Amino acid sequence: MSTEHAQLRGRVPAVIDIFAAPTSRAYSRAAGIIAIGAGIGCVLFFLLLPTLIVLPMSLSETDYLEFPPRGLTLKWYSAYFNDPDWMAATWFSLKIALATTATATVAGTMAALAIVRGCLPFRSTLQALALGPMIVPHIILGVALYLAFAPLQLTGSFFGFLVAHTVLAVPYVIITVTASVQRFDPTLELAALNCGANRLQAFFLVVLPNIIPGVAAAAVFAFLASFDEATVAFFISDISGKSIGRKMFEDIDFNLTPVIAAVSTVLVATSLLLMGTVHLLNGRRSRS
Amino acid sequence: MTRSLTLLPRSLSFRRPSSARFYSLTTSLALVTPLLAALMAGFLYPVARLVALSFSGGTLSHYRRIFTEPLHLEVLFSTIEVAFIVTVASLLLGFPVAYLMAQLGKGLAMAVTACVFIPLWTSVLIRSYAWVVLLQRNGIINTLLVDTGPTEGPLKLIYTQGAVILAMTHVLMPFMILPIYSTLRALPPDYVRAARNLGAGPVRAFVAVTLPLSLPGVFAGSVMCFVLALGFYITPALVGGPNSMLMATLIGQQTTVLLDWPFAAALSTVLLAVTLLFVLMFRRTLSLSKGLNSVY
Repeated sequence: MSTEHAQLRGRVPAVIDIFAAPTSRAYSRAAGIIAIGAGIGCVLFFLLLPTLIVLPMSLSETDYLEFPPRGLTLKWYSAYFNDPDWMAATWFSLKIALATTATATVAGTMAALAIVRGCLPFRSTLQALALGPMIVPHIILGVALYLAFAPLQLTGSFFGFLVAHTVLAVPYVIITVTASVQRFDPTLELAALNCGANRLQAFFLVVLPNIIPGVAAAAVFAFLASFDEATVAFFISDISGKSIGRKMFEDIDFNLTPVIAAVSTVLVATSLLLMGTVHLLNGRRSRS
Repeated sequence: MTRSLTLLPRSLSFRRPSSARFYSLTTSLALVTPLLAALMAGFLYPVARLVALSFSGGTLSHYRRIFTEPLHLEVLFSTIEVAFIVTVASLLLGFPVAYLMAQLGKGLAMAVTACVFIPLWTSVLIRSYAWVVLLQRNGIINTLLVDTGPTEGPLKLIYTQGAVILAMTHVLMPFMILPIYSTLRALPPDYVRAARNLGAGPVRAFVAVTLPLSLPGVFAGSVMCFVLALGFYITPALVGGPNSMLMATLIGQQTTVLLDWPFAAALSTVLLAVTLLFVLMFRRTLSLSKGLNSVY
């Protein structure tokens, strides 16, 4: 009995090891997990830091950034909203971004339909070409567009920006809408056609309502692709027509004031609001 | 394997006999016309003109200048070097984050995902500005260093190669994390469980099962980071200095300061050729639509 018991006791700890007093190995493992966790925490902090500091910076009383910020003020925001240069650049960019959203979403959605459902010669070439503006460095596009637009006096013009930003925004639309169209069951459209609808009716009554979440997300991406764009805008802006990106670039380079932080906070809030909405809506859709 | 590497599933790459399931040739062509018009006006024609300008005068003199002056060659090599360092740094820092995102329970995973998406949704210009503020002579980091005492005076952090690498790594890390995360997410947990059942420890199971199966995401993320890093302009222009010139900032300098457009065009053509070379070399791993789908 006692030997049996001893044998049993000898075996038990191997089975319920986790309940035993922590061994040095368990300690070192816990230490390892904590170290890895702390390391990942640092990486996450590194990722968030630049976005997070613009808010306190924009509220700080002083011209330069101190931590913690000394005094709270909204004077940099009022400086932004009362500066005609900043306002002109903001409205110019907003107009361009809204127009780009319309053109890129329509052209991109049409092309995505043709890419997935159409019968196109050179389809993969077309697709690679449409995604090209995303791969080709934007500085090259900026220089190229300046050289093409300058003789036509399109630099600094609404139309010049619209063409440039449509090309830059269209890849996001094609990627997003292509995915939506691929998920859409074409037999639904066939049913509509069988019931007497023509292609156009079938598209607006059946296809579009089904792919609209993707199209809406694509529109948000297109808006931000234009509104946040700075490299190409840097080259095709001029004194009369300056995008907000170009204005910010100039001020960061030559006139570093907290007004930039106020502008940045407004822009970050806009981006996060738009993208967060899209993300939540899409997440809800995929869960349901 | 090859199926997932083409731009679209294989089933779509051949045309079935005409059926209402597919649009007719005329409809298809009509649908792509606006896109083609925009691409012609805003992409193909300007880039073609740029390349043509680089050969202006019917000579290769601009190219000779790039490839014979050591300064320009140095910039080209240092661009490739910086892109490589940024890619490796993004991979080393990003992989654990992607792994954690795939492992955590719903609520915590959401929080980590937000930490990855928030910088991605912040404009590159604003993030570069934040780095300027953080790294400048009287910026937060220098203030902290001087106040807590590890350094006597403020360090020169900004306008250095290190600052460029730091800021570029920050901008590109989400492009590394998200493709890796999507491959890890798609990995059935049974595989690791099976390895553990067969006696592998957690480290062995990770090295023998998870890591090799995550490689498609690692490659897609790395190629994306590298290609995007080659052409970066905003960040090196604001954070870098004269000693950390990259191809993009050199092109910027030629056009805005020296106004030597044909030479800038030749530099652009070289940068374009290098970028396209890498894209074509790694086309199979890049799998554009798949890699980018997880990002946007």
